[in-house]
Amino acid sequence: MVLRIKFRKYGPIRFIGHLDVMRFFQKLNRRAELDVAYSGGFSPHQIMSFAAPLGVGLESNGEYMDLQVHSIVSCEDVRERMNAASVPGIEVVDVKILPENAGNAMASVAAASYTVRFREGREPDFMQNKPMEEVLGAFLQRESICITKETKKSVREVDLKPGIYEFTWDKDAFHMLVDASSSGNIKPAQIFQALLADHGETLKENALVITREDTFTDIGENGEQRLVPLNDIGMDDAAKKGAEA
Amino acid sequence: MNDKLALSDDILMKIEKPERYIGHEVNSVVKDKEKVNVRFAMCFPDVYEIGMSHLGIQILYDMFNAMEDVWCERVYSPWVDLDAIMRKEQIPLFALESQDPIKDFDFLGITIQYEMCYTNILQVLDLSQIPLIATERGEDCPIVIGGGPCVYNPEPIAEFFDLFYIGEGETRYGDLIALYKECRREGTGREEFLRRAARIPGMYVPRFYEAAYHVDGTLASFTPTEEGIPTTVLKEVEMDVTHTSYPMKPVVPFIKVTQDRVVLEIQRGCIRGCRFCQAGQLYRPVRERDADTLKQYALEMLKNTGHEEISLSSLSSSDYSKLPELIDFLIEECGKRKINISLPSLRIDAFSLDVMSKVQDVKKTSLTFAPEAGSQRLRNVINKGLTEEDIIRGATLAFEGGWTRVKLYFMLGQPTETEEDIRGIAELSNKIAATFFDVVPKEKRTNGKVQIVTSTSFFVPKPFTPFQWASQCTKEEFIEKAYFTKRAISEQLNQKSIKYNWHEADASVLEGVLARGDRRIAKVLMKLYEKGCFYDAWGEYFDNDKWMEAFAECGVDPAFYSNRERPLDELFPWDFIDCGVTKDYLKREWEKAQREETSENCRQHCQGCGASRFGGGVCLEVRGD
Repeated sequence: MVLRIKFRKYGPIRFIGHLDVMRFFQKLNRRAELDVAYSGGFSPHQIMSFAAPLGVGLESNGEYMDLQVHSIVSCEDVRERMNAASVPGIEVVDVKILPENAGNAMASVAAASYTVRFREGREPDFMQNKPMEEVLGAFLQRESICITKETKKSVREVDLKPGIYEFTWDKDAFHMLVDASSSGNIKPAQIFQALLADHGETLKENALVITREDTFTDIGENGEQRLVPLNDIGMDDAAKKGAEA
Repeated sequence: MNDKLALSDDILMKIEKPERYIGHEVNSVVKDKEKVNVRFAMCFPDVYEIGMSHLGIQILYDMFNAMEDVWCERVYSPWVDLDAIMRKEQIPLFALESQDPIKDFDFLGITIQYEMCYTNILQVLDLSQIPLIATERGEDCPIVIGGGPCVYNPEPIAEFFDLFYIGEGETRYGDLIALYKECRREGTGREEFLRRAARIPGMYVPRFYEAAYHVDGTLASFTPTEEGIPTTVLKEVEMDVTHTSYPMKPVVPFIKVTQDRVVLEIQRGCIRGCRFCQAGQLYRPVRERDADTLKQYALEMLKNTGHEEISLSSLSSSDYSKLPELIDFLIEECGKRKINISLPSLRIDAFSLDVMSKVQDVKKTSLTFAPEAGSQRLRNVINKGLTEEDIIRGATLAFEGGWTRVKLYFMLGQPTETEEDIRGIAELSNKIAATFFDVVPKEKRTNGKVQIVTSTSFFVPKPFTPFQWASQCTKEEFIEKAYFTKRAISEQLNQKSIKYNWHEADASVLEGVLARGDRRIAKVLMKLYEKGCFYDAWGEYFDNDKWMEAFAECGVDPAFYSNRERPLDELFPWDFIDCGVTKDYLKREWEKAQREETSENCRQHCQGCGASRFGGGVCLEVRGD
């Protein structure tokens, strides 16, 4: 059976890179004495899949990983064992059992939501003198929001517009829901670069404090988008038993 | 959760691997600083990934933190990127757990594992904003303690330390901490604490000793400057290795470090007595840990860390008497848990090959032999009890078992070495390759061929070895020897199957100077540090020209320390330390080496080294003689 595990990452742990978070969970699963499934061969490894990698320095309330296990006592028991074996800063908040036909965490990712603040002293000038609703309204009304994206191999122009599903301002923070799929992943900083450019400003170094709030999959049909958090896909063991009965 | 970080987000986002500096690792110990009496910062003066791989620190960290009123934290050398930022912004070096500045601690303990880290010691002190010279430190500075194998000749770095702890850390730190608290209660001050500390066995306080030199530069005398300060310091040794502290919950780093596994120290010391080897003398007598205790440790440490690999640690694992029993246990238990077993320092024979084929993929791993010298004559000189027959027999078994890769380790420049001996390196490599073609029929050569990797390092004479009197080769001689080896290999029939690697000669020569140096080396180290040198153990940051400049500017001749063959009656800078084996025994071994005579190992026949005075370990075993 495959478990979908939702966890938070916060505090100093935000500086632990994605690959090291994976290593951390491999060791955590052993400490928690979970009945994990392993691949074969001379160096067997745990069968696990992580949703969207989180950049170094970001906090998150909605990270996911899938873990294949042979058996569990209950989802709640898994959650408790994992937290007992964890460190402050990585907290498992939900464990679900995935249906047999579910895609893995990585392939399922369609979108992610973020809360974004500017660090003190690094805000753009327009935040002082213009109402944010107006600024964002004008920004989202643009026909396209093109930025140049540099990769190791190429420099190309991409349009962010179709991938921005929500972008709002609320008292002291920005909220956004954006494409996080492997083909169209958008980083919050890219949107702010484009927004600041509209006002003739550039994003200062390390200006943004970003929290990923959740990661979503698309369960819509016939081309219609319906985004739900990745842990809406599974069931906990009690619900699963109920459904089976 | 302690959210405090000593470094700002801006810095942490800019530097390589911020994980080195944020603490919070699994099993790291956080105490309430209001409730502890003594704060101890334990330092390995190299980058985090190296320092975190060191077993000794994990042992002491666990031991100190088991003391209720002591909080022991870790600190490592910041990497060069952060180093530059800390200097520029004057950020004091901090401990990982509390993120508090080191300068506010009671103790800074530095483990010194290799000579080329000496400049990093200065980096750590400097970044901590602690005066480099011990006698210039004020009452509010931490007591700076040095420990580890290099402090068996602490003299080149003596000026930088308040105190050296000579020997194994398990035995006397309790006494030292108790004395510290007593002195603080009495308000005695730093100097008096050190004076009293110098009377605790194993403690060396350099400021209470004075060196005088002959006109030729050799040491004339080395004496205490005060009544009551001991003239010799006997090393500390933990005789009950089974019941002493061992970390059941070692700290688990987030980033991949060099030793990313559970380490089970099965024994201390080595029975072999290879004459170039310092560890083989320093850690006498051999003391084995009880096998049942080790089994229990292994399971508990695996459970507490979640590591996916376990490794046995000792100088020569094959000499551990309960090895088969322990390995059988590990194979069974680790198999159930999908844990890898790593087995370094095994002698290649039928038993070890059988074990290795069970725990690793034969096709992907290589076998290691360390003959250390190319001819039987020279192997007798260095007392390496490994014969060509042993090696060929081992290689034959290995090739039959499917291995196709063999690593060979040799040392160049050992005493009495001739061209004939060096040619022996090439010939032995060739014979092993030929053995493969003899043993494995053509149709069974899956990878097609055999791969022999022959590596040579350069011999560095070390204190407290029979070769402490020996002359070390010059850099030019070393390079010539390496070229000779390369040529000799290229003349072999199977040269295409042999790959040859050799080490840099510069650093080996300097290591030799530092290893047998005296107090006059300290100013060279200061000068080097002023020139911006540290991370000298790292090839990319080591700058030989700067070292040569520093020697010249200080008027110190490195050849005096490295090239000179010492007369038998010379007083050495480290002679005031009693490492357990006697100078007489070392002299006998040095003379036997020159006669090409071997010595039997501790289990075959006692050589009377002097370590039996500790009253335990192999010295009390019933021998076959």
